[in-house]
Amino acid sequence: MGGIFRRPVLLIGLVVTLALVGVALLSLVWTPSLPSKMNIVQRLKPPLGPGGLFGTDQFGRDVASMLMVGAWNSLSTSFLAVAIGATVGSAVGVIVAMRRGWLELIVMRGCDIIFAVPPILSAMMLGAFLGSGRFTAIIAIAVFMVPVFARLTLAGAKQIWARDYVTAAVGIGRSKAKITLVHILPNISNQIIVQVTIQLGLAILTEAGLSFLGLGMPPPAPTWGRMLADSQTFFGQAPWLAILPGMAIAVAVLGLNMLGDGLRDMLDPKTKAG
Amino acid sequence: MISIFLRRIVSLIVTLLVVSLLIFTVMNLLPGNPAAIMLGTSATPETLAALRTQMGLDEPLVVRYLAWLAGVLQGDLGQSYTYGVPVAGLIVERLAVTLPLALMAIVMSVAIAVPLGVAAARRHNGLFDYLAGAFSYVSIAVPAFWVGLLLIIAFSTKLGWMPAGGFPGWNAGLWAGLAALLMPAIALALPQAGVLTRVARSAVLDVMGEDFVRTARAKGLSDGAAVWRHALPNALIPVVTMIGLQFTFLIAGAVLVENVFNLPGLGRLALQALSQRDIIVMQDVVLFFSALVIVMNFLVDLAYLVIDPRLRVAT
Repeated sequence: MGGIFRRPVLLIGLVVTLALVGVALLSLVWTPSLPSKMNIVQRLKPPLGPGGLFGTDQFGRDVASMLMVGAWNSLSTSFLAVAIGATVGSAVGVIVAMRRGWLELIVMRGCDIIFAVPPILSAMMLGAFLGSGRFTAIIAIAVFMVPVFARLTLAGAKQIWARDYVTAAVGIGRSKAKITLVHILPNISNQIIVQVTIQLGLAILTEAGLSFLGLGMPPPAPTWGRMLADSQTFFGQAPWLAILPGMAIAVAVLGLNMLGDGLRDMLDPKTKAG
Repeated sequence: MISIFLRRIVSLIVTLLVVSLLIFTVMNLLPGNPAAIMLGTSATPETLAALRTQMGLDEPLVVRYLAWLAGVLQGDLGQSYTYGVPVAGLIVERLAVTLPLALMAIVMSVAIAVPLGVAAARRHNGLFDYLAGAFSYVSIAVPAFWVGLLLIIAFSTKLGWMPAGGFPGWNAGLWAGLAALLMPAIALALPQAGVLTRVARSAVLDVMGEDFVRTARAKGLSDGAAVWRHALPNALIPVVTMIGLQFTFLIAGAVLVENVFNLPGLGRLALQALSQRDIIVMQDVVLFFSALVIVMNFLVDLAYLVIDPRLRVAT
């Protein structure tokens, strides 16, 4: 970690991500004002005035507070989705690497198939039956993440299975399950961590899209995506309502992508990113 | 070559069948009765029963799947409950917006990414390379639908140069149609361009280190000519691959961007079908989009075989 200051991508990514997580956590205990508190007299006040740092929306609610709670809603939804997708996908990947044969063929085809249905569409399908909401959004995003992690861990695990020390472990009679736990998983954990970071960025983008379409967390919980959807009526009077939540999304995704690339460069010197 | 081609075709058909089965199962096995969902809570038992019969919901699941599949293969995607017209016609009508939009976005993203990626690779680690890298980072992180909102604020609300949304229809003339799709296509192209710039840059960098490029330069070819004649054609393979891989995201982006600009495309149709609980339309649109992604990936695979003869060896 000593070289972190010589890795600007990693440093910027880390700082932005930590700031984002900090804001999200802070919103649980403190926001400048209650994000749901309406104040019609103060409606549509521009930023840096009596309306507060980021101004107010059409109901006079404090935009800064809404963005903070939105950070928590967006991050927690995305994190849960990626955690589920990474756990299930990685488990599938290492198990397939252990068994190989026809199982590998079927699982890889299955990955192609799941990957063909964009999460926005699966969220719509699920939403028709389960109702739109956070649960539907998490499941739709997680399902899309499973093939990503299954492919990654399978490819990584296959490489490790070919190593001499694994062959030796097989030779002394270690069970495949034990080898997977002791040798395979620790050796591919770096790759999984890097991928989790990058997929978190993608999950935030998807969650914002779902919320924008009304398929995310229901009101009154503020989400970045719905703030953008609501802003469309007020383009002329209040452009900041459309600019600020989008910047929040972009900064969050940028931070996570840079952190992911930086981590990859640091953990695996063989690959060069962008 | 022909045996590889046949094998790919068989695999394509199997994949499409499994996807159709998957979509059908999700839409029909999830809790909730499709007929009841479509009619809402106020429906009388009689209308419910009538719709159930009309939708064939009293038949066994397997029979219904096969009936749907047989219909799809004959171009009969069923009847939309809310529009009262065949779904196939609806999809074709909406495709006239979504397809040109997607194509414009792909062309724009390539037109931005390839020159940028090549220029960045030629000035490896120089200022331009860093600027191109920054462009990729930012454009990948920016949601396409937000770019759409910003374009509307700047060019429609403030400057009044462009229509803020809507589609006049191709009957209003080619130019009017293209003008309505211009800002949506830019919004959709930008994130794609970020990804493709990275791919083009690293592909050109890889190829420039190859022997045949060095030979070309040793023969007296100028630096630029070596890049455009030898490095770029080879670098296009990863770019084409990435366009295929990104197609899922392009479609997801199109669904969002169509809703920002009020374009009567397929994505908007899917969302309208969801809010009207028109299960049949949703099922068909999702199948259509997924089939599009799968066929696109298949075509990319084929394009490989054409571009790169080394891959024609059976594996």
